[in-house]
Amino acid sequence: MLRLNLALIAIVLASALGAVASQHKARKSFTEMERELERMRQLEVEWGQLQLEQSTWAAHARIEKVARERLHMKPPVAGQVLAVEGPR
Amino acid sequence: MKFTSSPLLSQLLPAWRARFVAALLLLAFGVLAARSVYLQVVRNDFLQQKGESRYSRVIELSATRGRIVDRSGDVMAVSTPVKSIWAIPEDARLTPSQARELAALTEMDVRELNRRLATEKDFIFIKRQIPPDTAEKIAALNLPGIHQQREYRRYYPGGEVTAHILGFTGVEDKGQEGIELAFDAQLAGKPGSRRVIKDRLGRIVEDVESIKSPQEGKDLALALDAKIQYLAFTHLKQALAEHKAKAGGVVVLDAKNGEVLALANLPAYNPNNRLKLTGAQLRNRALTDVFEPGSTMKPFTAALALEKGRFRFDSQIQTAPGRLTIGNATIHDAHMHGILTVAQVVQKSSNVGTAKIAATFAPEEMWQMFDELGFGRPLRLGFPGEVGGRLRPFKTWRPIEQATMAYGHGISVTLMQLARAYLAFARDGDLIPLSLTRLESPPLAGKSIFSAQTAREVRAMLEMAVQPGGTAPKAQIPGYRVAGKTGTAHKLEGGAYAERYVSAFVGFAPASNPKLVVAVMIDEPSAGKYYGGEVAAPVFAQVMAGSLRTLGVPPDAPLRPVQVAREPAPLVPEKL
Repeated sequence: MLRLNLALIAIVLASALGAVASQHKARKSFTEMERELERMRQLEVEWGQLQLEQSTWAAHARIEKVARERLHMKPPVAGQVLAVEGPR
Repeated sequence: MKFTSSPLLSQLLPAWRARFVAALLLLAFGVLAARSVYLQVVRNDFLQQKGESRYSRVIELSATRGRIVDRSGDVMAVSTPVKSIWAIPEDARLTPSQARELAALTEMDVRELNRRLATEKDFIFIKRQIPPDTAEKIAALNLPGIHQQREYRRYYPGGEVTAHILGFTGVEDKGQEGIELAFDAQLAGKPGSRRVIKDRLGRIVEDVESIKSPQEGKDLALALDAKIQYLAFTHLKQALAEHKAKAGGVVVLDAKNGEVLALANLPAYNPNNRLKLTGAQLRNRALTDVFEPGSTMKPFTAALALEKGRFRFDSQIQTAPGRLTIGNATIHDAHMHGILTVAQVVQKSSNVGTAKIAATFAPEEMWQMFDELGFGRPLRLGFPGEVGGRLRPFKTWRPIEQATMAYGHGISVTLMQLARAYLAFARDGDLIPLSLTRLESPPLAGKSIFSAQTAREVRAMLEMAVQPGGTAPKAQIPGYRVAGKTGTAHKLEGGAYAERYVSAFVGFAPASNPKLVVAVMIDEPSAGKYYGGEVAAPVFAQVMAGSLRTLGVPPDAPLRPVQVAREPAPLVPEKL
């Protein structure tokens, strides 16, 4: 009888400690998840800013200016264009 | 002596003393039990709440407004977080050096800052919407009574090029104009909140409940093509400068599915910096301003004539002597033409010829065609301030009015309505609804207004109008067959026609299988030229040529290239 009781007490103790440990672990993982979610939001904001930057650099007005002034390009006049029909 | 034999034990105490002690102890237990019932049952909710408030917090979850992208996914409008600096003036007791630092960071005058802080109010904004890195520097100063709040600011990388179609949002990130207002329900996010448990260090350790989950704004893909929009805007701007015009608009439609590929207006504004805005800059003229379309209406009159079978493509009409008197008003032609076919009436834009054709219609027939083409009714694209133009009920038409309406006077339309009506010619006589957003599949066949035969014949007439002998040779594009019609209308001022003009051109290309419809309107050109063929047609040609090249539409009138790219002949070593 005594041995059974001791065994049960040991089991109860172990499970109690396990519950505490897993609760702690859950909270730790949760904090970590929170941190990653925050990072995700931050990255999303950064992505938006990068997209904004990209579309500012790729603005047609700027491309045209660079093409005309720096690269001395000009649109082809009629007759300089040759249409090539690809194989169908 | 043993303790057990102590004489004191044999002494009997009165029985009530024992009972008294027992009762006292019981009473004490009773009090404890009552207290615990009070705490655990009666005051339970209150105490639990108090306890929770020590560690649980409700946090706001902000939602961002959706992006607006063009048809190829390029960003046209995006929200990024910014900070607003606010203060409780009573708490904000800044030393002169602190005030100087804050003023420098917020780019304000120190005196202005001190004046604002000297107010009696409980709450003031010092500066709204500043970049996050500047806000961090301000936070690092650790000033008393100065606080920050997270907000969103909308940026438009296209600037004035896309100003009218996109519109803008207010400081609270709510749509106020254009697409931003029309599609606000889709773009706007809904902020949410949730309850969490925080530990001693302020870290979130457990999610208790989600009170309201936030809804992120959805992205919106427009039908707009950023490149075509840029072409339309820049060529319109050049034309306005060249002809010293007051205002103008360009609309580009996809004839195959009714998508709005470009919508440009001038004067415009920079949506990223809206100080000094005027009403004239804000107007989205292509949708909210009406004008008398002038001769651009003539093809519809011709189409109705063909449709009703009263005229053929080559029926002859006497337009000499270039005048026609109806009632007590006289219609004039700009040039004398003599006998013209129906096709030539459109090609040479004869008012007299058009009026003679229109005289054969019943007012109801004409009204019904205009109504089916969508004149007189707003397009309902969802744009704020859209108007429908003026189309009076046919019962009130007098013969002279019917005649002038046939060539576009006494009726008013928006540029978008006019462009859409031309879809009937660019397609095989049917009209489809327009779309500001990108369509995954083209709409089913629209409402048929003219027969395919009529549409084909009118296309041929419109092609003649841009050829030598027509009114708009300047609308030609090398390599493509173009069809279109000019319009030059006197402006109505105070009920009378003034010596000011609206020049217009509407057309489509390639004429063999129309892909695009482009409509150009230029208001009050005042540098000498004012005919639609001189002012609006060149803009049409530039925008159309650039758009066709951008979209890779194969030329249907190929030119003979000056230089023929030839494969170099294989080098065969000569044998002796």
